[in-house]
Amino acid sequence: MKVNGFAHPAPSDPRRLLSDHLRHDLGLTGTHVGCEHGVCGCCTILLDGAPVRSCLMLAVQAEGHEVTTIEGLAPEGAPLHAVQQAFHECHGLQCGFCTPGFVMSVVGLLEQHPQPTDEQIDEGIAGNLCRCTGYASIRRAVKRAAVLSAPLTPDSSTPLTPDPSPLRGEGANPPT
Amino acid sequence: MKPPRFEYHAPSTIDEACALLTSLEDAKVLAGGQSLMPLLNFRLARPAHLVDINRVAGLDRIYERDGGVGVQALARQAAVEDSELVARVCPLLSDALRLVAHRVIRNRGTVCGSIAHADPASELPAVLLALGGHVVARSKRGDRKIEAGALFAGVFETSIAPDELVVEAWFPRSPKPSAILEESRRHGDFALAGVVRAGDRLALFGVAPTPVVADAKDPARGLQPSGDLEATPEFRLHLVRVLTEKAFAA
Amino acid sequence: MSTRWFGERVQRAEDDRFLRGKGRFTDDIDEGALESVLVRSPYAHARIKSIDVSAARALPGVFAVYTARDLPFGGTDLPILIPHPNLTHGRTQRCLASERVRYMGEAVAFVVAENRAIAEDAAELVEVDYEPLPVVITPEAAERAEHLVHDDVPGNVAAELVQEKGDAAAALASAPRRKHLRFRYERGAANPMEARAVWARWSEHEKKLTVYDSTQSPTSIRGGLAVLFGLPESQVEVIAPDVGGGFGPKIMLFYPDELLVPYAAMQLGRPVKWTEDRQEHFTAVNQERGQVHEVDVGYDDDGRVIALVDDFIHDGGAYTPYGIILPIITAGQVPGPYKVPNYRVRFRDMYTNAIPTSPYRGAGRPHACFVMERTLDTIAADVGIDRAEVRRRNLIQPDEFPYEVGVGWQDGNMVIYDSGDYPKLLETALEKLGPRPAGENVGMGLGMYVEGTGVGPYEGAHVQVLVSGKVVAATGIPNQGQAHATVWAQVVADELGVDVTGVEVTSGDTRRFPWGVGTFASRGAVTAGNAMHVAARMVAEKAKKIAADHLEADPADLELAGGAVRVKGSPQRGMPLGAVAVLSNPVRYAFGGGTEAATQFTPKARPGPPLADGEEPGLEATGYFSPVGSAWASGCHAAWLRVDPKTYRLEILKYVVVHDCGKIINPMVVEGQIEGGVAQGIGGAFYERLAYDSDGQLRNASFMEFLMPYATEIPKIEIEHIETPSPLNPLGVKGVGEAGVIPVGAVIGSGIEDALGIPISEMPLSPLKLYELSTSASTSTSTR
Repeated sequence: MKVNGFAHPAPSDPRRLLSDHLRHDLGLTGTHVGCEHGVCGCCTILLDGAPVRSCLMLAVQAEGHEVTTIEGLAPEGAPLHAVQQAFHECHGLQCGFCTPGFVMSVVGLLEQHPQPTDEQIDEGIAGNLCRCTGYASIRRAVKRAAVLSAPLTPDSSTPLTPDPSPLRGEGANPPT
Repeated sequence: MKPPRFEYHAPSTIDEACALLTSLEDAKVLAGGQSLMPLLNFRLARPAHLVDINRVAGLDRIYERDGGVGVQALARQAAVEDSELVARVCPLLSDALRLVAHRVIRNRGTVCGSIAHADPASELPAVLLALGGHVVARSKRGDRKIEAGALFAGVFETSIAPDELVVEAWFPRSPKPSAILEESRRHGDFALAGVVRAGDRLALFGVAPTPVVADAKDPARGLQPSGDLEATPEFRLHLVRVLTEKAFAA
Repeated sequence: MSTRWFGERVQRAEDDRFLRGKGRFTDDIDEGALESVLVRSPYAHARIKSIDVSAARALPGVFAVYTARDLPFGGTDLPILIPHPNLTHGRTQRCLASERVRYMGEAVAFVVAENRAIAEDAAELVEVDYEPLPVVITPEAAERAEHLVHDDVPGNVAAELVQEKGDAAAALASAPRRKHLRFRYERGAANPMEARAVWARWSEHEKKLTVYDSTQSPTSIRGGLAVLFGLPESQVEVIAPDVGGGFGPKIMLFYPDELLVPYAAMQLGRPVKWTEDRQEHFTAVNQERGQVHEVDVGYDDDGRVIALVDDFIHDGGAYTPYGIILPIITAGQVPGPYKVPNYRVRFRDMYTNAIPTSPYRGAGRPHACFVMERTLDTIAADVGIDRAEVRRRNLIQPDEFPYEVGVGWQDGNMVIYDSGDYPKLLETALEKLGPRPAGENVGMGLGMYVEGTGVGPYEGAHVQVLVSGKVVAATGIPNQGQAHATVWAQVVADELGVDVTGVEVTSGDTRRFPWGVGTFASRGAVTAGNAMHVAARMVAEKAKKIAADHLEADPADLELAGGAVRVKGSPQRGMPLGAVAVLSNPVRYAFGGGTEAATQFTPKARPGPPLADGEEPGLEATGYFSPVGSAWASGCHAAWLRVDPKTYRLEILKYVVVHDCGKIINPMVVEGQIEGGVAQGIGGAFYERLAYDSDGQLRNASFMEFLMPYATEIPKIEIEHIETPSPLNPLGVKGVGEAGVIPVGAVIGSGIEDALGIPISEMPLSPLKLYELSTSASTSTSTR
C-alpha cells in the first residue's frame, strides 16, 4: 500500500486494523483511535482521496490503494494545508485528539462542496465527535477553509492572508 | 477492542468467492465492512472465515435495467448517492441514502451490504420492500432472484443461503410521490421508526424484526414493535402514525 | 510590566503539532512496550469463588497474568483521596478484586502480552467463577437498603452531613407559602475523545520509574507510586503528555492500571503500556451526576425565598475514593446567586453497585443549579410573576460582596462569594435573548449559576530567561486542551516585556516541575496562572537588579519591554534580556552564547563576591500562589427552544450565555471553553443517558447507543462577557472550565416545560421521556 506517497508492505496478521497498522507499525500516530466502532471519526483517513474510517478496515484491505493520513497533508516543514490553517485561525481545536479526523473529513467535504452552505457544513461534519469545542469553532474553521481553498482570482475580495496574530514560526500564507 | 482470530480470504473473481462460500464452514462476507467490522471489533461476531470481496473486479456497476436501477455488490453508498442515473430513475433511493449514517461511512459502505445485513432499523431494506425490488444471489448452483418480500426473515436474518453471495440489488423506478421519513435521535442514527412511501405503497422500518409493508390508512395495525433504550413499543407506534400521516399529507 | 498580551485573542502555540498529527498522546508512545488488558467483572455484585489464569498464562505471546495474590500490594486498599470527618464509612477497592466485586467493570486480573489482540485473546481464557449477589443500582434502592453493597456499612450510607444557616424549620413553618418538590438527576459520563492510557518503563541501572499517564494530576500519581513502591520521589517521573480531554474522570486516582502498569514494567524489565478501549471506558471510568433531592421551600407573596430545606441522596457508586467532595459542592452551591436567609441542607452519600463517582465537569454544581432554578420557577408560577422577575427579587446585589452563604466549601473553608454582578448578568442575557420567536410550542429556558473556582491548596511555576533571550516556563499542572501553553505565555510575556511567541511553557511534567496539585475544578488560571505571574515578576525584579548594576541606573527607573531591560524614557539605554541572563551566572569558563561577558576579567559592575549573599545564579525564579478562598464566577444562560408536539424532537432556536469569569486572559480560549461546556450540557440534558438495568448492567456501553451530540445537535451559541475581577488573586481572574455546562440542564428543562406545559423535574430528558410525561400528564393530575 502507499501511505502518504511511500510504499509500505501490509502486515502479516490479517486481523490488524488499518488504524493500528498506521499508528504502531508505521509510526504515523497522527491518526487517532476513539471508539473502534466507526462512530467518533477520530480515525478518519483518506483512501484513494475519499475519507473513510481506518478502524473499520483491516490493514490488508489497503493493499493496492493510496492512504493519506494527517501527516501527509503538509509534509515536514511545509506550510499548513488550507484546512489545517483554517482550524488554527478559528481555534477549531482544543485537546487536538479529534482534530486529524475532522481535518480529513473536511478535506473530503470541501472536495464535494467547495463552497458549502451552513447546512452542508453541519451535514459534512456530523460524522465526527468533538467533546471540547462544542463544534462552533469547527464550523467557523470549515467556512474559513473554504475561503482559503478558493482559487485565486484577480479581483477577489476575500483576504488570502490569515489573521495577523502570532503563529509560532510557521509561514503565514496557506499553499494555493 | 481487537477482532478475534479468523482465516482471511481475498478472492479476485466472483467464482472464486462463490467457491469459497461453498467450501468454507462459518464464513462471512466482508464488503464495505461498516456493519461487520464493528461487530468483529466488539467480538460479537466470531466467524472462522472472512471472505473479503473487495478485490473482485467489475462488481461495482450502477446501471439501468428493466426500467429500474441495478446496483452491484461493490457499488459504494456514496457512489449511488451521487449517481445521476439513480437521481433520475429512482430518486427515492438517493433520498434514502442521505439518511444512512454519515458520508464518511457511505464512502465505504455498500448498498448490497446494507441490504444483506438486514438491520430492522435501516433504511435500504425498507426502500427495496416499498418499491418491490429484488436481489440477485449467486452461488455455484447459479443465480437466484429473491424478491424483497421473500428476502427479509428476521432481525439480521435473510433468506440468502450461506453459500450465496449477493451480487446485485435491483430497484424499480420510484413512483411519484415517494418519500422517506424517519425519526432518529441524532443525525445519521438508526431510526426509532421510519416510513417509506412509494406511490400508494407503504413500508415501515424500525418497528418490527424486518421491514414490513403496511396500510397507509392504519399503519400500526398488527404491529408489535420491540422496546429499547430510546423507544417503547407505544412510542414506536405513535411515531409510525405521525410519520405516515406526514408522508401521505403531501 | 505591560498589558500587551493580557486580554488578547492570541492564537494558540499548541496548534501546529496537533494539526500536523504530531501530538504525543500516551498511546502514541510505543518504544517496544508490551501491551495489556484488564479482565473485568461482568457482574455488578458478586462473590468471587475462584480465578483460574492457567489457560491465559499458557497462550503464546502472553508475558504475565496477575491477580491480587500475585501483587505485594494486592491486599492494600487504594487510598481515600480526600478524607473527611463525616465520611464515617468510607470504602475503597483494591487494585484487583479477589473476594468480591461491587460494580460491573471492577478489575479482577491483568494480562500483559505481545500486543493488545493477544492480550484480549488471553483475557477471554481467564476463568472467574462468580456467584452473583443482589444488586443495588439506584440511589433510591440504596436508601431502601433491602440489600447492602458493603456488609459492614449499615443502610448503604457512606457519609451524612447536615449544614444549616439560620433556622430553616421555623422559617419554613411560618412562611406565607410553601412547596415540596422532588428533583432527580441521573448519572452521566464525561467521555473525553481520548480514553485513558498508561505507559511505564523501569530503568534498572538508574533505578528510575518513568510513567506517561493520561491523567489530570501527574504530581499525585508520582507521589502515590513513590509511596507504593518505596522509591524516593526523585526516582519517579510522571508525565502527562498531550491529553485528549479530561473533564474530570482523569483527576480520579488511582485507577488500578496506574499501579499495575508500572508494577509490570518493573517486574518484566520491559516497558509496558495499557490503553483503554471505548467499551471498557464505559464500565471502568468514573461517572457522576446521580442525585435525588427532596426540597421544601418557604416564600412570601412577592416570591422572595424565606427558607430552603434540601435533603438529598448522592449516588456515590460502589466505593468512595474521592471522599464526599461532590455532595459537599452540591450542598454549597444550591443557594447559587440568590439570598436564602434560612438554609438547611442534609445529604447522604449512598453506596450503589455501580462505578464510583468522582467529578465530571460541573462536579455537583449542575444538580444544585437545577434544584434552585426549578424551585424559583415554581415559586414564580405560584405567585404569578414571570421567571425573570422572581430572580430579580432574590438575587444577591452587587454591593453585598463578600457574601457569606453560611455553609461549607470543598476547600475546607466556608462558601464566601468574592465578587460579581448578578443582576447585570440577568438583564444582559434577557436583552440578548430578544423577543419570543413566532410559532407554536416555543419555550424559554433560563438558568443562572455561580461557580466556585480556583481552589487551592496551591500551584507553582518556574520561569527562566535563557542566555539566548528565550523564556521557558513550567508548572506542575497538566493540560487537556485548555491552551495552557498559550495562556501562561501571555501572562509571563506581559511581566517580562517579551513577545508571547518567545515564551515556551511546559506543563504536567514532574521532571520539569515537581510540585503541584492538578487540573480540575476550574482552577488552572487562578492558581497556575497567578503562580506564573508571581514567578515572572520575581524574574523581572531580578533582571532589573542585575541590569541596574550594569546600566548604572536605579532599578526603580528600569522597565522590561521589547525583550530588554531599559531605562524608562531612554529606551536606547538598555540590555537584552538574554544578556542579563548571561550576567546572572558569573562563570569561569565561557561556553558560547555570549557567556564571555560574564567571565572574570570583564569589568566588574559592583564590588564584592560575584554572587552576593542570598543570591542564586540564573535569571530564573520559582513562585507559588495559594488562594485564601475560591474565586466565584457566575453566569446566566437563556434560550428559546421548540419541541415538536408529535415527535418530541428538540430544536434550540437561540442560546445565549452571559458570564463572568473575572478578568480574561484570552477571550478566544474562554469562549471555546464555554461553547464546549454548553455542548456537553446539551448532550447531558437531552441525548446522553447511562442505561443501567436492574442487574447493574450498563446496556449502552458504546458510542452507538450512548448518544453524544454531533454538530447537528448543537446550536449556535452567543456569548457575552462581563468582568468583575476577583479581589483574591493578583491577576483578578476566575475559572471558567466548567461554566458552560452548569446551568444547561436547568435551561433545557425549564424551556421544555415552558414549551410543552408539562412539569419537568428530572434529567436527562429525551423524546421518549417527554412522550411518556405528556401521555401520563393528560391522564392524571399534575405531580406539582
